[in-house]
Amino acid sequence: MNDSKIPAWVNIIVLPLINILFAFAFSAIIFIAVDVNPIEAAQTMISGALGYQEGIGYTFYYATNFIFTGLAVAVAFSAGLFNIGGEGQAYIGGLGVGLVCLGLDHTLPFWAILPITMFASMAFGALWAFIPAYLQAYRGSHIVITTIMFNFIASSLMVYLMVNVLNQEGQMAPVSRVFESSAVLPGFHEIVGWFGFSFSESPMNLSFLIALVCCVLVWLLLWRTRWGYAIRAMGASPSAAEYGGINRKRLIIIVMLISGALSGLLSLNEVQGYGQQLKLGFVAGYGFTGIAVCLIGRNHPFGIILASVLFGILYQGGAELSFDFPNIDREMIQVVQALVVLFSGALSLMLVRPTERLFVYLDAKKQSKNQLAAEA
Amino acid sequence: MYESIILILDATLRVAAPLILAALAGLFSERSGIVNIALEGKILASAFAAAATASITGSVTLGLLAAMATSVLLAMLHGFACITHRGDQIVSGVAINMLAAGLTVTLGRYWFGLGGQTPPLSQGERFTSITLPGADAIADVPVIGLLYSELISGHNILVYLSLLIVPVCWWIIFKTRFGLRLRAAGENPHAVDTAGISVAWLRYRALICAGILTGIAGAYLSTAHSAGFVPNMSAGKGYIALAALIFGKWKPVPVLWGCLLFGFLDAMAIRLQGAELPFIGEIPVQAIEILPYVLTVLLLAGFIGRAVGPKSIGVPYVKSR
Amino acid sequence: MSQPHNQQNIALELCGIDKKFGAVHANCNINLKVPAGTIHGIIGENGAGKSTLMNIIYGFYIADSGDIKISGKVRKLTSSKEAIRYGIGMVHQHFMLVDNFSVLENVILGAENGALLKPSLKKARTELERLAKEYRLDVPLDALIEDLPVGLQQRVEILKALYRGAKILILDEPTGVLTPQETDHLFKIFDALRDKGVTILLITHKLREILAATNNVSVMRQGEMVAHRITAETNKEELAELMVGRKVRLKVEKSVAAPENELLSTSKVTYTDEMGVDRLKDVSISIKSGEIVGIAGVSGNGQSELMSVLAGLIKPNSGQVNIGQTCIDSMHPSSAAQMRELGVGHIPEDRLVMGLIKSFNAEESAILGYQNSPTYNGKLLNKPKVINQECARLMEEWDVRPRDPKLRSSLFSGGNQQKLIIGREVDKNPDVLLIGQPTRGVDIGAIELIHKRIIELRDQGKGILLVSVELDEIMALSDRIIVMFDGHIVGEVSAEQANEKILGMMMANIMPDELLSTTQQTTSGEQI
Repeated sequence: MNDSKIPAWVNIIVLPLINILFAFAFSAIIFIAVDVNPIEAAQTMISGALGYQEGIGYTFYYATNFIFTGLAVAVAFSAGLFNIGGEGQAYIGGLGVGLVCLGLDHTLPFWAILPITMFASMAFGALWAFIPAYLQAYRGSHIVITTIMFNFIASSLMVYLMVNVLNQEGQMAPVSRVFESSAVLPGFHEIVGWFGFSFSESPMNLSFLIALVCCVLVWLLLWRTRWGYAIRAMGASPSAAEYGGINRKRLIIIVMLISGALSGLLSLNEVQGYGQQLKLGFVAGYGFTGIAVCLIGRNHPFGIILASVLFGILYQGGAELSFDFPNIDREMIQVVQALVVLFSGALSLMLVRPTERLFVYLDAKKQSKNQLAAEA
Repeated sequence: MYESIILILDATLRVAAPLILAALAGLFSERSGIVNIALEGKILASAFAAAATASITGSVTLGLLAAMATSVLLAMLHGFACITHRGDQIVSGVAINMLAAGLTVTLGRYWFGLGGQTPPLSQGERFTSITLPGADAIADVPVIGLLYSELISGHNILVYLSLLIVPVCWWIIFKTRFGLRLRAAGENPHAVDTAGISVAWLRYRALICAGILTGIAGAYLSTAHSAGFVPNMSAGKGYIALAALIFGKWKPVPVLWGCLLFGFLDAMAIRLQGAELPFIGEIPVQAIEILPYVLTVLLLAGFIGRAVGPKSIGVPYVKSR
Repeated sequence: MSQPHNQQNIALELCGIDKKFGAVHANCNINLKVPAGTIHGIIGENGAGKSTLMNIIYGFYIADSGDIKISGKVRKLTSSKEAIRYGIGMVHQHFMLVDNFSVLENVILGAENGALLKPSLKKARTELERLAKEYRLDVPLDALIEDLPVGLQQRVEILKALYRGAKILILDEPTGVLTPQETDHLFKIFDALRDKGVTILLITHKLREILAATNNVSVMRQGEMVAHRITAETNKEELAELMVGRKVRLKVEKSVAAPENELLSTSKVTYTDEMGVDRLKDVSISIKSGEIVGIAGVSGNGQSELMSVLAGLIKPNSGQVNIGQTCIDSMHPSSAAQMRELGVGHIPEDRLVMGLIKSFNAEESAILGYQNSPTYNGKLLNKPKVINQECARLMEEWDVRPRDPKLRSSLFSGGNQQKLIIGREVDKNPDVLLIGQPTRGVDIGAIELIHKRIIELRDQGKGILLVSVELDEIMALSDRIIVMFDGHIVGEVSAEQANEKILGMMMANIMPDELLSTTQQTTSGEQI
């Protein structure tokens, strides 16, 4: 491939955009198929997601989840590992958060509980990633399969705990008691309130800021530390990494622990912020959306923020859609998401050549024009 | 006691049938070198296609055909991404699973307005149980009667089909030219290419086989096991089938045993719900539910035997320079 | 260029075959005539374009231009299937066999009769039994490939071709993996085949084999066919010269070495790879400060493995490596990071696979292996400014162009990539420097600079181990030359004694007469 002629921004910006456009174009076809005008739908979605404060709050509440799971996938991807187990890691991370909140919300103030829940979410998530990581590094089993299996194991474990252990006495519903307000993350509207601003009440909460901090930390880790160097080296060229004295097995474990910890943090938003109690199924596919977010965000924290907001808009806008259009509901968003994964991920190579050719062609045209101008 | 055993085995067969079909589908695909975590999505999509078609046309046969066509179509999408464009097979699989989950509900709502479900299917629109000759007559004969009338007789045609497909599959994989080439493509595609055979076309054909089989599995769920489609009715069966495929070390007959084992565990889990066992006490259902996954993880890690997959699995074929 | 043979039946004729891979001109206007029923050798160094040419004949690659005539008729070979149809068979350097298939299954793959296997297997069994008798190609037909030694695996490849009715059989470096006994047997098989009218194309870089087995020989060099000879009328010396070519002699100014204390030594190092092949056999060498030790040998004879052991990338099965006070053996293996700490720098043979990371910026590739060094790191974060400045300095010192530390590594030319890697390793001031293929794919200007710097390093008292497929380079730079063959050391010659002829013979595991007496004296003290 003659990549020397193609400017870098084509690969970083144009190609991902073209891939997303393709995904949206196919989504539009499906909208039309179910009798929905895609342009009207897009308008509804955008105004529903960004048109008013509560909508914006919801959008960013969703985006918070995607940032965490997107980062989790990205860190592992950077090392050439496919962590498909964000779903289970976030679930178990939530268990950690829930246990801390249930145990300490009567005794400790919020600012003492927060560091503990953060630690617990990361530790529990990391633990759930550790076993697949260990098995990959030292027993040679495939991390994709193992992490899938661990998603299901996590799911069954949580059902068991919620039904038999953590539910409220005398109640059938598999939910824990609601946390005391001392344990609950402050909402975004409360936070801006401290500074004298006002914002409509929404599920968006402190964890959004934690997610942004994580983006910065992950960026620092990957691009500004020796460990990040090792991670990226292993992902880009295992043989060169080995030459560079990087211990593959140890690094697999470290990377997966970080990845699992990031997935686990999702539960701050879902359990400690939004749900305020432990219940079943709160991860709701966000772990898989993380894959899409990471693919569009090109493995880069900044790209992941943008992609997360995009998906936040899709989720929140999708919810609004179902009010206005009886033919669709939020499942439609999963279709859009699937098409994004398809075009930005599995078919990402399809459009590389045509795009490059287009640019070479445009470049040649420009040059011949310049030449003509110079001759004239 | 004897009756419970028979009933559990009977339930085992019913649960295992779609697993067998899906796992064999995975076998075709993975033996040719294509990782197939898209089984789940294909089952779901074809379950929807079967129920929707059966409900609209009133013909369960058309439903089955539609299911197979849908599943093959998704398989071709998988192939287009991973064979033609050398995309990541896992990412492609994830995309297909998401697509199926979203599209079935969206189209279902649009067509039937039942929140994603299809209308309940009547007897004529389903695969119903077949009573084998003489089943009623000998039902009261001790031991054999129950065995024949409950366990062997009284299933729908797809259950028998799934059991029949195992030897057929074995025969295709190990006794035909196509099977030989398919296995070679998963082990060493370069050997296939230098022998003058197209690796891409071979893998596409393997995916078509996989598509047909998952199509039947999907049709089974919505038109035989249940009477209609409900959202996300595959409920992880594709992944269990994948586990059974690994558990059966990518060989048809062991895969059958794997599916029966996992089906048996499922039947036991339902049976044991809330039951007190002597000495052990109540076994949580979830502990049995996770056994397929735990066993597969242990096997993959080499703690109980060793599961070594086809050598070139997951790697897009590129003619080496 | 006319080929020295009479008008006979020409089995295969190539007219003006041309093939480029990107910027690499792998085959340049190749003409060749191969008479039917002969064994025709194609000889040339690694990278001369032999394998590419053979893959074109086998339809695996398609030539950019030129014609292929089979038995006088022009044939378009667009796929292996076509080639097989016209009676061409090929035994690849890396066997194209399915490891967990039986011999029989491998043979019929792609050549089945009908959709069912049973009749195909039955037919193949009788046919193979006949072939085995006819050509002394006995193989247990029901054994799995993975259970067979490589020699037998190769016979399966030959049987595969014959079963498909091959009249022209191409063998690409068939003896690389064989023991001498197996090689002899292979040549007997060749004779039997030739007697039955099969035409054989033997690709090799081993002179001995050409002389032992072929009727005619053609020499390739840098993508071109440079000479054709009748084997009986040529000799090792002539062929060696033709292979290496009369290139512009690389003159490197250097004084006589003044080796001092020993920096690194190995004693009886052996290494067996995961396939169970012995890659290193009792290798004992020593490197002193202020000398360059060259390792000559046809590639694949253990040089790479020796480098890898010394660089800490693979662990020896037995024997020891001594660096200063540290002793490394199978019980106390070392890692790449530890070897760097012990003062061993490593310029790997393949810069794109190991030396740098293509998707990384130049400045990132310029710290590979030293990414944990305190120079580049603070307590937590690394120091981008230092990394950038250090890379800029390296680029200045080693004349790496363009001088852009932010440019992606893959966008530099081979020579500039190599200068960056060498600069990186030399800059850390190691005591011992392992240098693999320093100038492979590097332009002339860069070669001169690299050679000059290597000599300077020696004069500064470094111990240097040099591995190169370029004999010229080995001879120009080394003070001592060790020749390896099949994982063991054939012998050692001093820089003054060395010439292409002597080295060429040693590389074929033959001790030249003129060396026998002197070498024994000089090497007896070295315990080789």
